Amino acid sequence: MYAQLVETGSKRVKTLEEMSPEERTFQEKVDAEIKIEPKNWMPDAYRKTLVRQISQHAHSEVVGMLPEGNWVTRAPTLKRKLQLMAKIQDEAGHGLYLYSAMETLGASRDEEIEKLHQGKAKYSSIFNYPTLNWSDMGAVGWLVDGAAIVNQVVLQRTSYGPYSRAMVRICKEESFHQRQGYQILLDMMREGTEEQKAMVQDSINRLWWPALMMFGPSDEDSPNSQQSMAWKIKRKSNDELRQMFIDQTVPQLEFLGCTAPDPDLKWNEETGHYDFGEIDWSEFYEVLKGNGPCNRERIATRKKAIDEGTWVRQAAKAYADKKQQKQRDAA
Amino acid sequence: MTKALTQQQALQEYLLRLADSNLIISQRLCELCGKAPAVEEEMALMNVALDLVGQARNWYEYAADLDEAKRDADTLAFRRDAHDYRNLLLTEQPNGDYAETMARQFYFDVWHYFTLLSLIDAPDERIAGIAAKALKEVTYHLRRSSAWVKRLGDGTEESHQRMEVAVESLWRFTGELITPDQVELDLAAKGLAPNPEQLAADWKGMVKEVLTEATLSLQDDDAWMHLGSKKGIHTEHLGLILAEMQFLQRAYPDAKTW
Repeated sequence: MYAQLVETGSKRVKTLEEMSPEERTFQEKVDAEIKIEPKNWMPDAYRKTLVRQISQHAHSEVVGMLPEGNWVTRAPTLKRKLQLMAKIQDEAGHGLYLYSAMETLGASRDEEIEKLHQGKAKYSSIFNYPTLNWSDMGAVGWLVDGAAIVNQVVLQRTSYGPYSRAMVRICKEESFHQRQGYQILLDMMREGTEEQKAMVQDSINRLWWPALMMFGPSDEDSPNSQQSMAWKIKRKSNDELRQMFIDQTVPQLEFLGCTAPDPDLKWNEETGHYDFGEIDWSEFYEVLKGNGPCNRERIATRKKAIDEGTWVRQAAKAYADKKQQKQRDAA
Repeated sequence: MTKALTQQQALQEYLLRLADSNLIISQRLCELCGKAPAVEEEMALMNVALDLVGQARNWYEYAADLDEAKRDADTLAFRRDAHDYRNLLLTEQPNGDYAETMARQFYFDVWHYFTLLSLIDAPDERIAGIAAKALKEVTYHLRRSSAWVKRLGDGTEESHQRMEVAVESLWRFTGELITPDQVELDLAAKGLAPNPEQLAADWKGMVKEVLTEATLSLQDDDAWMHLGSKKGIHTEHLGLILAEMQFLQRAYPDAKTW
């Protein structure tokens, strides 16, 4: 999940009777699973919430390139290098695609990026964790993209048309990344040296809990969820999604021959789900507040890139203006 | 006096030059991941770099098939030290600002484009095939880097100044692109490398054309040029690039798979 704790600005969901006629028509459309399109009327809070959610998602794609950029220069083989580069290229594409979806709501990309750099906008907490060895490239693909897919598959049915269509396209590519990530780990576990196997387990030990945190706070501490669910911006609760992820991931973990750093993780015959231990929520909230291992570095790197690129973007604009002027003069 | 190379050795040497140049300039582009001036550029830079590593792999695989020591493509890429690397000095120069990144790419792309344009007619099916596929990609690379040279050269006063500095400071590494050694002369005689006079004329012609349109100063054809990569004598940058790029293969030499 690349968007966490998205503020909706409402404490309680209105009933149809309490709504204005416009709001009511809108809600009935949403209830009937008819997509909301950019030109349709929508409540201001719906628009603002979507801008927050889609921009968080877009920022996550772009910030998420940094932990991978940390290893793309050190990929061990030509094949792995090519795969990682292709993945990063896809992510830049997802970022662009999502920023465009966000712009259909009247938001400005530059302004939203500025908010990110000022620490006012969020991105997924996961990207504030460092990538410390090569197998993190496998574990990120498997766990992080895996967690993102669980959320995004559901978001393909989100109520806002452009966002929903973006999710359809993005999900296809993410599934591919997830399989590649898992393959990196599987190859090392099956044919690797003891050192490589230790690398894989080390990656899982570090990334397991942060991956579970990607789904956001537990439902009882998720004050904005109800409104987002009513708007069908969100379609399943944080805890439901987290459970889905765990249920599909644990068999894959066992197939690898690795373990999770959770002594309470076990199959529950009665519920038909895996039980798991309590997430360290204090860590989650600290990371969200900016105290994760890499928060400062990630933002500083992104801000530096955009700041140092100012003259480049200005030049591109000046050149385009000149060209246009010349065309006008010639006409 | 070094011993003359057999034709197979000469061909392998030339394939390694193509592969190494591609890989090293891609490595520089990879360093920019997450640091480009706009998200569109993130995507484009990674796209170009991806094409170039893909092409490098094709050339390495052919070079590996000719290798007397039976090294595979990954061993050629990740286990040779700097003195065995044959990439053009231009490709290992640091990214600098975006003007330098683009000037480096432009000089390289022009060379790459005309080299491939010649190799598609090589009397060696494998070379012609790899070149034909690569040429499609490099045609786009060249269009893109030329556009950036013009945009920055004729953009704002600041971008113009930066581009002037960039095209001048990298000029000293361009002589190598069009100065053949005996290996290239011999291969060119058989059609397995570009005709040197033609390549030089094409390269100079296109560079002049684009610099002129970009309102940038034309550079001095008689300027002092740094040569050396064809003998494995590099700038100080390459050793550091390889230290990073080859880290895993060097640190875990027993690993058979990754």
